[in-house]
Amino acid sequence: MERILRMLAAGLFVLLAAGAASALDIRSAVIRVDYPQLAPISRFDLKPEDMGFAGAMLAVEDNATTGQFLGHTFANETVAVPPEEAEAALDRLAAEGIRIFVILANAEDTLRLADRAGPDALVINAGSPAESLREDQCRANLLHVAPSQAMLADAVAQFSVWKGWKRWFLVHGSNPADQDVAEAYRQAARKFGLTVAEEREFEDTGGSRRSDSGHVLVQQRLPVFMQEAEEHDVVVAADASDVFAPYLPFHLWSPRPVMGSAGLRPVSFHASHEAWGATQFQTRFEKLTGRYVREEDYQAWLALRVVGETVTRAASDDIATLRAYALGDAFELAAFKGQKVTFRPWNGQLRQPILLFDGRITVSVSPQDGFLHQTSPLDTMGRDQPETACTAFD
Amino acid sequence: MIRLLTTTACAVLALSGPAFANKVFVSNEKGNTISVIDTADWSVLTEFHGGNRPRGITISPDGKLLYVCASDDDLVRVFDTETYEELYTLPSGPDPELFVLHPSGNPLYIANEDDNLVTVVDTETHTVLAEVPVGVEPEGMAVSPRADFVVNTSETTNMAHFISTADYDIKHNVLVDQRPRYATYTSDGTRLYVSSEIGGTVSVIDIAEDGTPTMNQKLTFEVPGVLPEWLQPVGVKVTQDGSRVFVALGPANRVAVIDGESLEVLDYIIVGQRVWQMAFTPDEKYLITTNGNSNDVTVIDVAAEKPLQSIQVGQMPWGVAVTPN
Repeated sequence: MERILRMLAAGLFVLLAAGAASALDIRSAVIRVDYPQLAPISRFDLKPEDMGFAGAMLAVEDNATTGQFLGHTFANETVAVPPEEAEAALDRLAAEGIRIFVILANAEDTLRLADRAGPDALVINAGSPAESLREDQCRANLLHVAPSQAMLADAVAQFSVWKGWKRWFLVHGSNPADQDVAEAYRQAARKFGLTVAEEREFEDTGGSRRSDSGHVLVQQRLPVFMQEAEEHDVVVAADASDVFAPYLPFHLWSPRPVMGSAGLRPVSFHASHEAWGATQFQTRFEKLTGRYVREEDYQAWLALRVVGETVTRAASDDIATLRAYALGDAFELAAFKGQKVTFRPWNGQLRQPILLFDGRITVSVSPQDGFLHQTSPLDTMGRDQPETACTAFD
Repeated sequence: MIRLLTTTACAVLALSGPAFANKVFVSNEKGNTISVIDTADWSVLTEFHGGNRPRGITISPDGKLLYVCASDDDLVRVFDTETYEELYTLPSGPDPELFVLHPSGNPLYIANEDDNLVTVVDTETHTVLAEVPVGVEPEGMAVSPRADFVVNTSETTNMAHFISTADYDIKHNVLVDQRPRYATYTSDGTRLYVSSEIGGTVSVIDIAEDGTPTMNQKLTFEVPGVLPEWLQPVGVKVTQDGSRVFVALGPANRVAVIDGESLEVLDYIIVGQRVWQMAFTPDEKYLITTNGNSNDVTVIDVAAEKPLQSIQVGQMPWGVAVTPN
């Protein structure tokens, strides 16, 4: 109680002392679109009810703690909706006066919501890695804190180069999302001088992801599927649909490391990451939510921290001012990944290191040593300015 | 005034008599040990258990007590600087990382990263005097020479909070660059330096007579052949006369030398890998840096601004403190 009083007193004093700084009340909303989905292969991947929202809650706390010293308050609403109700939810929030939206949805719905929100809103994509959202379908009001598919694939490719694993056996699923991931890996291999020595498609024949004692069948069939491949150093899995990749590592014909959708995975964040002060993020998050952080939580946190940081620095609640500050040279944010994260001004993608995660620990972090770039080593991952198809930011 | 006299007396003594031999205490974050080095011949005297994940380290003004933030034990361990025995522990709040002692030796001001608090602990009664709510992830701690203000930097809020030692209220907040790590006043109290690890800058903040801070400028760094991303300022030390400021640049493996008057970067001294914190010997002839990734400390000749030698210590050295004369 005493602590709370003191905090209030401190806040009041600062408000009075600051004088010039004006009070700002920042409101935002996180819209999560939920899709009908099969159960995941692993129970560890069951989606918590508050997925993404928990990260947003932590960000609002972080922003509010900073804001109390400046007279800024932060409030956030969270909404989970099926795809067909997403636009109505956005309309309702917009009618309440909210202009800052964080979206956790697939590419199609993210784009639909960004267009619905209109040019006076700031929309932040915290869910979809789809390349098209950053490229031919990019929108001026849409920023991306989720890493793009190309950034994730390039992070894996750089590690492969560093290890000297030059020949890939690419295995991809049969759904369009799997094909997109596979294409990102093909481009990454080309970009960094690697060879896709063999490529195979694992067909999604439907049905459940797992059955009692299903491993017996997997153990018999998967090695057969993987046999007689061209000589390769590593297997790269492109399985956005969570159909087969987790089974690969110990069911190959030729024993090789696996990267991509299983084995060593490129992620924006994970719950055991401790370097660069991340332990404090983990303990704050776990204390607040009672569970481990997921990428969706981290990305929602990142989205609202971008908002908090721009409000703190630009001392404004004007959407155009905030967007310009975020995309400008002065913007920088510490994100527990060892270097500041900033936006690519040509398509609104947040530059950031990618963690390579084996399910237990941070094995490595890309960009790898020695991959250089005239602007930032982070721009060695993902589509670079000269290659972009995005014109909305010109 | 008394402090000034003491300093002068020490200086005279140092000039007239043989140099004092001091002990350097280094906290080894990964090895869970404290290394002890003799400044007379830079030999390692011993290495003793320092608790789990020892980081922040400081010594009482009389030189008898060694305070160590044992981060994973959630407390401060206090050791005898002669016998190296643990005498007692102090409550610190969770995950203590850095702290600063009142010039008199009491109280101790501790940054608690997990709880957004600065904890004030009485070093005699071993009780918590106050908990001051600050920004997110408090880290750097400094006390003004007159001890009227304690400064805390918060790594995610990116501010220096100026806490009055009289009533533990925050009187001023100054925004600095990303992830402020360390703060230190000049000995005359007219200036405060705050390092920002991720921002890559050192904020120079002028302090008025009543303690009011004003941002003077932000210092930046540039080393040919080193990626700007790796120029990450952490530890900062200022000579007694304020003429030189030394800034440890983390993964750039260098210590920047800054002219305290013109605020220009004069030179970069190459030290070990991931240089973190630093401490002067009392005569300011030497500056000792901890190099976390090469498991050693570098001794810098302060007048020559050159590295003299490296000394192997425990695993991942983090903090360093030197006994007074």
